Amino acid sequence: MAYQALDFYDFDSLLQEEELAVRDEVRRWVSERFMPKIEECFLEQRFPLELSRELGEMNLFGATLSGYGCAGLNNTVYGLINRELERGDSGLRSFLSVQSGLVMYPIHSYGSEEQREKWLPKLATGEAIGCFGLTEPDHGSDPGGMVTHAVDKGDHYLLNGAKMWITNGSIADVAVVWAKLDGVIRGFLVEKGMQGFSAPLHRKKFSLAASVTSELVFDNVKLPKENILPGVEGLKGPLSCLNQARYGIAWGVIGAAQACYDEALQYQLERKQFNRPLASFQLQQAKLAEMMTAITAAQGICMQLARLKDEKRITPPQISLAKRNNVAMALDVARSARTMLGANGISLEYQCGRHMLNLESVYTYEGTHDIHTLVLGHAASGLPAYSN
Amino acid sequence: MNIFVCMKRVPDTESQIQLAADGRSVDTAGLNYIINPYDEYAIEAALQLAEKEGGEVTLLTVGASDSDKTIRKGLAMGAQKAVLLDSGEDLADPAQVAVLLADYLKEQSADLVLCGKQGVDYDHAATGGMLAARLGIPCVSAIASLEVAEGKAKVQRDVEGASERFEVALPAVLTCDKGLNEPRYASLKGIMQAKKKPLEKVSVTPADSARQTEGMAYPPARPAGRVIGEGTDAVPELLRLLKEEAKVL
Repeated sequence: MAYQALDFYDFDSLLQEEELAVRDEVRRWVSERFMPKIEECFLEQRFPLELSRELGEMNLFGATLSGYGCAGLNNTVYGLINRELERGDSGLRSFLSVQSGLVMYPIHSYGSEEQREKWLPKLATGEAIGCFGLTEPDHGSDPGGMVTHAVDKGDHYLLNGAKMWITNGSIADVAVVWAKLDGVIRGFLVEKGMQGFSAPLHRKKFSLAASVTSELVFDNVKLPKENILPGVEGLKGPLSCLNQARYGIAWGVIGAAQACYDEALQYQLERKQFNRPLASFQLQQAKLAEMMTAITAAQGICMQLARLKDEKRITPPQISLAKRNNVAMALDVARSARTMLGANGISLEYQCGRHMLNLESVYTYEGTHDIHTLVLGHAASGLPAYSN
Repeated sequence: MNIFVCMKRVPDTESQIQLAADGRSVDTAGLNYIINPYDEYAIEAALQLAEKEGGEVTLLTVGASDSDKTIRKGLAMGAQKAVLLDSGEDLADPAQVAVLLADYLKEQSADLVLCGKQGVDYDHAATGGMLAARLGIPCVSAIASLEVAEGKAKVQRDVEGASERFEVALPAVLTCDKGLNEPRYASLKGIMQAKKKPLEKVSVTPADSARQTEGMAYPPARPAGRVIGEGTDAVPELLRLLKEEAKVL
């Protein structure tokens, strides 16, 4: 059976004809081009980089940005792209959302005209790959404590430090790296092949196995002066990027949940025990009811979030709510779907186990679930609980 | 080159087909439509030719009034314009379709007409040939490669155990087979541009069909499996059945 995406409240009727056309085309691409590869890629701990140009040909990278080869579309379309890609795998969506929200967005927003012209057209076609370095070995939820730093040496900057858990790190042509310059957080463009820059791969992952995750090491990297992002200073820089990426995640994980729901439902309609389809048993129906409800609520959140973002009225806590709720929802759905497939649920021949493992990463990256809880607590009370 | 591609919509190949209450047609309620997959090869071939030789690609459809949604997908792939010969509903008789297409194309100065080799809905594989006959121009069906130079097309098609090559004077009707190319996915920019491209609707009245559908029925249910034995003891009987009954060995 072909993939059927749950749309219990007919949210499709809120979409424009072109938005539906984009959704259909990306969904078809995932079914035809990505799904045949994912099981093998996950097992081999490999990202199918050969598909990057195809994503570029469809103009999927940086789809909300204008100029430089980007499509300049609205946030609903961007959300739908993320959702359809993550229906395939969270690693595929991560690849696109890092490139779009964490690399192209800051270069577009904070870069010089030369930086934009040098990188954006190539990043838009998928010819160049980007990564984003914020998290450090000792600074995750507390990025302001970062130790990576740059020193102004007159005709260049000297960069030292390390970043951890960097999606696309080892395959990136350009890294957007956040480092302190005279105690102030600034963005730098570090290019593949620069002396002193290396990006060793994390090899032992049970989650996002079909995605490249790396460490970035800067050992006296001499950066030309023109490689600093001139347009932003302080934590606002990286946090504004994370807002883009978290928005994409909030949409994306709905795709993973829809894939798990669809797989579990089809499996349970097909498989019989005690001479009845599994889906006819009350305990299983309770799981389906919970999944349907949770997915539908997450869809509603994202439809309105897209409108808030298009109208530029969106606030970071609103994005936190969506990321926090939707990722936890998708993880619950994946776990529940896993049980509904019985022993088959642990096989990579089915999807739900893979989604379940992937979503453990998504739960933790781009602001952990717990940090987003504190963001919401702060928004509710006006009292920040993050620090002493 | 002025290239026309005859395309139509067909139910999504994953659809569960339900017959209508009259027992003579398909219930179209809730069906999702896609471009007929063989027509996608025709569109891709036309786009590649136009990109190489210069020229314009026009999509031409005979079908229901709401075929325009599927036609937009073809425009999103890159065709410049489209014409929908609106016959009210989708026509099941290829002769009716070929007459309407020919009547329209007679008034155009097409250098080349490309079609899919067959629709995956009714599988007649007849429209392209009938169209060429009515236009009085040559036709090669189920082509697997295509080159155009100096007013001629060089095409190749696969037949059982061999491959045939033809040179055809243009204009001609060529129907396209799988393997001719890999149809492109529409890009975001293509999808957005498609809504601004001209899609002309012309009302047409199909001639009466010379045939009447007497009935349609579901294919017979697959018979249940048979256990013919266990372990290696069953192999001789299995071989005998594969040879004599299934005739696959």
